Amino acid sequence: MSIWEYANPARFMRFSRTVLPWVSAAAALLILVGLIWGFFFTPDDFRQGSTVKIIYLHVPSATMAINIWVMMLVTSMIWVVRRHHVSVLAAKAAAPIGATMTLIALATGAIWGQPMWGTYWEWDPRLTAFLILFLFYLGYMALWAAIEDPDVAADLTSILCLVGSVFAVISRYAINFWNQGLHQGASLSLDQEENVSDVFWQPLVLSLVGFGFLFLTLVLLRTRTEIRARRLAALKQRERVS
Amino acid sequence: MPDLGKYAVEVLSAYAVSLSLLALLIGTTLHRSRSVRRALKQVEARRDDQKPAADKATKDA
Repeated sequence: MSIWEYANPARFMRFSRTVLPWVSAAAALLILVGLIWGFFFTPDDFRQGSTVKIIYLHVPSATMAINIWVMMLVTSMIWVVRRHHVSVLAAKAAAPIGATMTLIALATGAIWGQPMWGTYWEWDPRLTAFLILFLFYLGYMALWAAIEDPDVAADLTSILCLVGSVFAVISRYAINFWNQGLHQGASLSLDQEENVSDVFWQPLVLSLVGFGFLFLTLVLLRTRTEIRARRLAALKQRERVS
Repeated sequence: MPDLGKYAVEVLSAYAVSLSLLALLIGTTLHRSRSVRRALKQVEARRDDQKPAADKATKDA
Protein backbone atom coordinates (compact mmCIF):
# COMPACT_ATOMS: atom_id res chain seq x y z
CA MET A 1 0.00 0.00 0.00
CA SER A 2 1.51 3.31 -1.11
CA ILE A 3 0.50 6.78 0.01
CA TRP A 4 0.08 7.70 -3.66
CA GLU A 5 -2.97 5.42 -3.81
CA TYR A 6 -4.86 8.12 -1.88
CA ALA A 7 -4.45 10.41 -4.87
CA ASN A 8 -7.39 8.39 -6.20
CA PRO A 9 -10.45 10.39 -5.07
CA ALA A 10 -12.63 7.30 -4.50
CA ARG A 11 -9.95 5.68 -2.35
CA PHE A 12 -9.41 8.91 -0.44
CA MET A 13 -13.16 9.20 0.23
CA ARG A 14 -13.30 5.62 1.55
CA PHE A 15 -10.23 6.12 3.75
CA SER A 16 -11.40 9.46 5.14
CA ARG A 17 -14.88 8.12 5.88
CA THR A 18 -13.29 5.37 8.00
CA VAL A 19 -10.88 7.55 9.98
CA LEU A 20 -13.04 10.66 10.48
CA PRO A 21 -15.01 9.43 13.51
CA TRP A 22 -11.77 8.44 15.27
CA VAL A 23 -9.82 11.64 14.65
CA SER A 24 -12.79 13.84 15.51
CA ALA A 25 -13.31 11.96 18.80
CA ALA A 26 -9.58 12.26 19.58
CA ALA A 27 -9.69 15.99 18.81
CA ALA A 28 -12.70 16.63 21.04
CA LEU A 29 -11.29 14.58 23.92
CA LEU A 30 -7.77 16.01 23.84
CA ILE A 31 -8.87 19.63 23.44
CA LEU A 32 -11.45 19.32 26.21
CA VAL A 33 -9.03 17.65 28.61
CA GLY A 34 -6.17 19.99 27.74
CA LEU A 35 -8.20 23.19 28.08
CA ILE A 36 -10.12 22.11 31.19
CA TRP A 37 -6.92 20.91 32.87
CA GLY A 38 -5.07 24.09 31.89
CA PHE A 39 -7.83 26.51 32.77
CA PHE A 40 -9.13 25.00 35.99
CA PHE A 41 -6.30 22.94 37.44
CA THR A 42 -3.05 24.83 36.86
CA PRO A 43 -1.65 27.52 39.14
CA ASP A 44 -0.92 31.10 38.15
CA ASP A 45 2.55 31.93 36.94
CA PHE A 46 4.62 33.97 39.38
CA ARG A 47 5.35 36.60 36.70
CA GLN A 48 2.37 36.40 34.36
CA GLY A 49 -0.36 35.64 36.85
CA SER A 50 -3.50 34.05 35.40
CA THR A 51 -2.66 35.24 31.86
CA VAL A 52 -0.50 32.12 31.58
CA LYS A 53 -3.75 30.24 30.94
CA ILE A 54 -3.87 31.86 27.50
CA ILE A 55 -0.91 29.66 26.57
CA TYR A 56 -3.23 26.69 26.01
CA LEU A 57 -4.83 28.49 23.08
CA HIS A 58 -2.05 30.75 21.85
CA VAL A 59 0.79 28.24 21.46
CA PRO A 60 -1.28 25.46 19.82
CA SER A 61 -2.92 27.87 17.38
CA ALA A 62 0.40 29.53 16.48
CA THR A 63 2.07 26.15 16.01
CA MET A 64 -0.77 24.95 13.81
CA ALA A 65 -0.75 28.18 11.77
CA ILE A 66 2.85 27.57 10.71
CA ASN A 67 2.55 23.80 10.26
CA ILE A 68 -0.63 24.10 8.20
CA TRP A 69 1.18 26.38 5.75
CA VAL A 70 3.98 23.79 5.52
CA MET A 71 1.37 21.08 4.81
CA MET A 72 -0.13 23.33 2.10
CA LEU A 73 3.33 23.78 0.62
CA VAL A 74 3.98 20.02 0.47
CA THR A 75 0.58 19.21 -1.04
CA SER A 76 0.87 22.10 -3.52
CA MET A 77 4.28 20.87 -4.67
CA ILE A 78 2.82 17.38 -5.11
CA TRP A 79 0.25 18.99 -7.41
CA VAL A 80 2.94 20.86 -9.35
CA VAL A 81 5.05 17.71 -9.82
CA ARG A 82 2.50 14.89 -10.05
CA ARG A 83 -0.76 16.74 -10.85
CA HIS A 84 -2.77 14.90 -8.19
CA HIS A 85 -6.04 16.78 -7.73
CA VAL A 86 -6.71 15.40 -4.25
CA SER A 87 -3.42 16.88 -3.09
CA VAL A 88 -4.12 20.44 -4.23
CA LEU A 89 -7.71 20.21 -3.00
CA ALA A 90 -6.31 19.28 0.42
CA ALA A 91 -4.19 22.44 0.31
CA LYS A 92 -7.26 24.48 -0.63
CA ALA A 93 -9.21 22.83 2.19
CA ALA A 94 -6.47 23.57 4.74
CA ALA A 95 -6.22 27.30 4.04
CA PRO A 96 -9.29 28.53 5.99
CA ILE A 97 -8.24 26.37 8.92
CA GLY A 98 -4.76 27.87 8.87
CA ALA A 99 -6.15 31.38 8.54
CA THR A 100 -8.37 30.83 11.57
CA MET A 101 -5.46 29.46 13.61
CA THR A 102 -3.32 32.47 12.64
CA LEU A 103 -6.11 34.84 13.63
CA ILE A 104 -6.54 33.08 16.99
CA ALA A 105 -2.78 33.31 17.58
CA LEU A 106 -2.70 37.01 16.68
CA ALA A 107 -5.77 37.84 18.77
CA THR A 108 -4.71 35.87 21.86
CA GLY A 109 -1.19 37.21 21.49
CA ALA A 110 -2.45 40.79 21.43
CA ILE A 111 -4.74 40.20 24.42
CA TRP A 112 -1.86 38.57 26.32
CA GLY A 113 0.63 41.21 25.24
CA GLN A 114 -1.24 44.18 26.63
CA PRO A 115 -0.90 43.32 30.34
CA MET A 116 2.54 41.71 29.92
CA TRP A 117 4.32 44.04 27.49
CA GLY A 118 2.11 47.12 27.86
CA THR A 119 1.11 46.95 24.19
CA TYR A 120 -1.29 44.98 22.00
CA TRP A 121 1.14 45.06 19.10
CA GLU A 122 4.78 45.63 18.27
CA TRP A 123 6.51 45.49 14.88
CA ASP A 124 8.72 42.71 16.20
CA PRO A 125 10.14 40.23 13.60
CA ARG A 126 8.06 37.27 14.76
CA LEU A 127 4.79 39.20 15.10
CA THR A 128 5.26 40.98 11.79
CA ALA A 129 6.07 37.72 9.98
CA PHE A 130 2.96 36.18 11.52
CA LEU A 131 0.76 39.04 10.34
CA ILE A 132 2.18 38.70 6.83
CA LEU A 133 1.53 34.94 6.99
CA PHE A 134 -2.12 35.72 7.83
CA LEU A 135 -2.32 38.04 4.81
CA PHE A 136 -0.86 35.28 2.66
CA TYR A 137 -3.58 32.93 3.88
CA LEU A 138 -6.21 35.48 2.88
CA GLY A 139 -4.52 36.03 -0.46
CA TYR A 140 -4.35 32.31 -1.13
CA MET A 141 -8.09 31.87 -0.48
CA ALA A 142 -8.91 34.96 -2.56
CA LEU A 143 -6.84 33.67 -5.48
CA TRP A 144 -8.68 30.33 -5.49
CA ALA A 145 -12.01 32.19 -5.50
CA ALA A 146 -10.95 34.63 -8.22
CA ILE A 147 -9.89 32.16 -10.90
CA GLU A 148 -12.54 30.17 -12.71
CA ASP A 149 -10.38 27.40 -14.15
CA PRO A 150 -9.55 25.14 -11.19
CA ASP A 151 -6.30 23.84 -12.67
CA VAL A 152 -5.01 27.37 -13.34
CA ALA A 153 -6.08 28.36 -9.82
CA ALA A 154 -4.21 25.35 -8.45
CA ASP A 155 -1.03 26.32 -10.32
CA LEU A 156 -1.08 29.96 -9.25
CA THR A 157 -1.97 29.25 -5.63
CA SER A 158 0.83 26.68 -5.47
CA ILE A 159 3.30 29.40 -6.46
CA LEU A 160 1.79 31.74 -3.88
CA CYS A 161 2.18 29.00 -1.29
CA LEU A 162 5.87 28.66 -2.16
CA VAL A 163 6.43 32.40 -1.74
CA GLY A 164 4.47 32.55 1.51
CA SER A 165 6.57 29.76 2.99
CA VAL A 166 9.30 32.33 3.59
CA PHE A 167 7.08 33.97 6.19
CA ALA A 168 6.13 30.66 7.76
CA VAL A 169 9.85 29.98 8.27
CA ILE A 170 10.53 33.50 9.53
CA SER A 171 7.61 33.25 11.98
CA ARG A 172 9.17 30.13 13.47
CA TYR A 173 12.83 31.16 13.46
CA ALA A 174 12.76 34.98 13.70
CA ILE A 175 14.19 34.89 17.19
CA ASN A 176 17.20 32.91 15.93
CA PHE A 177 17.69 35.06 12.83
CA TRP A 178 17.49 38.48 14.46
CA ASN A 179 18.07 37.76 18.15
CA GLN A 180 15.85 40.69 19.04
CA GLY A 181 12.22 41.61 19.45
CA LEU A 182 9.54 41.53 22.05
CA HIS A 183 8.28 38.01 21.55
CA GLN A 184 10.01 35.24 23.47
CA GLY A 185 11.57 32.19 21.87
CA ALA A 186 10.00 28.75 21.53
CA SER A 187 7.81 27.58 24.40
CA LEU A 188 8.36 23.97 23.42
CA SER A 189 11.73 22.60 22.54
CA LEU A 190 13.39 19.29 21.90
CA ASP A 191 16.52 20.31 23.76
CA GLN A 192 17.01 19.71 27.45
CA GLU A 193 16.63 23.30 28.57
CA GLU A 194 13.23 23.75 30.15
CA ASN A 195 11.23 26.48 28.47
CA VAL A 196 7.89 25.83 30.14
CA SER A 197 7.43 24.36 33.58
CA ASP A 198 6.01 20.81 33.71
CA VAL A 199 2.85 21.93 35.49
CA PHE A 200 1.96 23.98 32.40
CA TRP A 201 3.71 21.78 29.86
CA GLN A 202 1.53 18.69 30.25
CA PRO A 203 -1.88 20.28 29.55
CA LEU A 204 -0.19 22.38 26.85
CA VAL A 205 0.99 19.28 25.00
CA LEU A 206 -2.49 17.74 25.27
CA SER A 207 -4.02 20.91 23.87
CA LEU A 208 -1.42 21.03 21.09
CA VAL A 209 -2.04 17.43 20.05
CA GLY A 210 -5.79 18.10 20.27
CA PHE A 211 -5.44 21.04 17.89
CA GLY A 212 -3.49 18.75 15.57
CA PHE A 213 -6.31 16.23 15.53
CA LEU A 214 -8.83 19.05 15.05
CA PHE A 215 -6.92 20.17 11.97
CA LEU A 216 -6.87 16.59 10.69
CA THR A 217 -10.63 16.28 11.21
CA LEU A 218 -11.43 19.53 9.48
CA VAL A 219 -9.02 19.08 6.58
CA LEU A 220 -10.33 15.58 5.83
CA LEU A 221 -13.92 16.87 5.98
CA ARG A 222 -13.17 19.92 3.84
CA THR A 223 -11.18 17.89 1.29
CA ARG A 224 -14.13 15.52 0.94
CA THR A 225 -16.33 18.57 0.35
CA GLU A 226 -13.91 19.93 -2.27
CA ILE A 227 -13.88 16.58 -4.09
CA ARG A 228 -17.70 16.52 -4.08
CA ALA A 229 -17.84 20.16 -5.21
CA ARG A 230 -15.52 19.36 -8.10
CA ARG A 231 -17.72 16.44 -9.14
CA LEU A 232 -20.81 18.67 -8.78
CA ALA A 233 -19.27 21.32 -11.05
CA ALA A 234 -18.39 18.67 -13.65
CA LEU A 235 -21.93 17.20 -13.64
CA LYS A 236 -23.51 20.66 -13.90
CA GLN A 237 -21.21 21.48 -16.81
CA ARG A 238 -22.26 18.25 -18.50
CA GLU A 239 -25.94 19.15 -17.92
CA ARG A 240 -25.40 22.56 -19.51
CA VAL A 241 -23.72 21.05 -22.56
CA SER A 242 -26.39 18.37 -23.06
CA MET B 1 -14.37 29.22 38.09
CA PRO B 2 -10.76 29.77 39.17
CA ASP B 3 -9.83 33.13 40.65
CA LEU B 4 -8.27 34.90 37.69
CA GLY B 5 -7.44 38.02 39.68
CA LYS B 6 -6.73 41.28 37.89
CA TYR B 7 -6.31 39.54 34.51
CA ALA B 8 -9.80 38.01 34.43
CA VAL B 9 -10.96 40.19 31.52
CA GLU B 10 -7.91 39.34 29.40
CA VAL B 11 -8.07 35.61 30.04
CA LEU B 12 -11.81 35.30 29.53
CA SER B 13 -11.82 37.43 26.39
CA ALA B 14 -8.94 35.37 24.92
CA TYR B 15 -10.94 32.20 25.50
CA ALA B 16 -14.16 33.77 24.20
CA VAL B 17 -12.52 34.99 20.97
CA SER B 18 -10.70 31.69 20.35
CA LEU B 19 -13.62 29.42 21.04
CA SER B 20 -15.93 31.61 18.93
CA LEU B 21 -13.55 31.48 15.97
CA LEU B 22 -13.20 27.71 16.32
CA ALA B 23 -16.98 27.33 16.53
CA LEU B 24 -17.37 29.47 13.40
CA LEU B 25 -14.78 27.39 11.54
CA ILE B 26 -16.39 24.09 12.53
CA GLY B 27 -19.89 25.44 11.80
CA THR B 28 -19.03 26.70 8.32
CA THR B 29 -17.18 23.45 7.54
CA LEU B 30 -20.18 21.32 8.46
CA HIS B 31 -22.63 23.66 6.73
CA ARG B 32 -20.71 23.64 3.44
CA SER B 33 -20.23 19.88 3.64
CA ARG B 34 -23.96 19.33 3.98
CA SER B 35 -25.01 21.79 1.29
CA VAL B 36 -22.55 20.42 -1.29
CA ARG B 37 -23.56 16.85 -0.48
CA ARG B 38 -27.24 17.79 -0.88
CA ALA B 39 -26.65 19.57 -4.19
CA LEU B 40 -24.59 16.63 -5.53
CA LYS B 41 -27.33 14.18 -4.56
CA GLN B 42 -29.89 16.27 -6.45
CA VAL B 43 -27.78 16.49 -9.59
CA GLU B 44 -26.96 12.78 -9.50
CA ALA B 45 -30.66 11.94 -9.02
CA ARG B 46 -31.53 14.10 -12.06
CA ARG B 47 -28.82 12.35 -14.06
CA ASP B 48 -30.09 8.91 -13.02
CA ASP B 49 -33.68 9.89 -13.98
CA GLN B 50 -32.52 11.01 -17.41
CA LYS B 51 -30.55 7.82 -18.06
CA PRO B 52 -33.48 5.52 -18.97
CA ALA B 53 -34.84 8.23 -21.33
CA ALA B 54 -31.42 8.61 -22.92
CA ASP B 55 -31.08 4.81 -23.33
CA LYS B 56 -34.53 4.67 -25.01
CA ALA B 57 -33.61 7.51 -27.41
CA THR B 58 -30.43 5.64 -28.35
CA LYS B 59 -32.38 2.40 -29.01
CA ASP B 60 -35.01 4.20 -31.16
CA ALA B 61 -32.23 5.83 -33.20
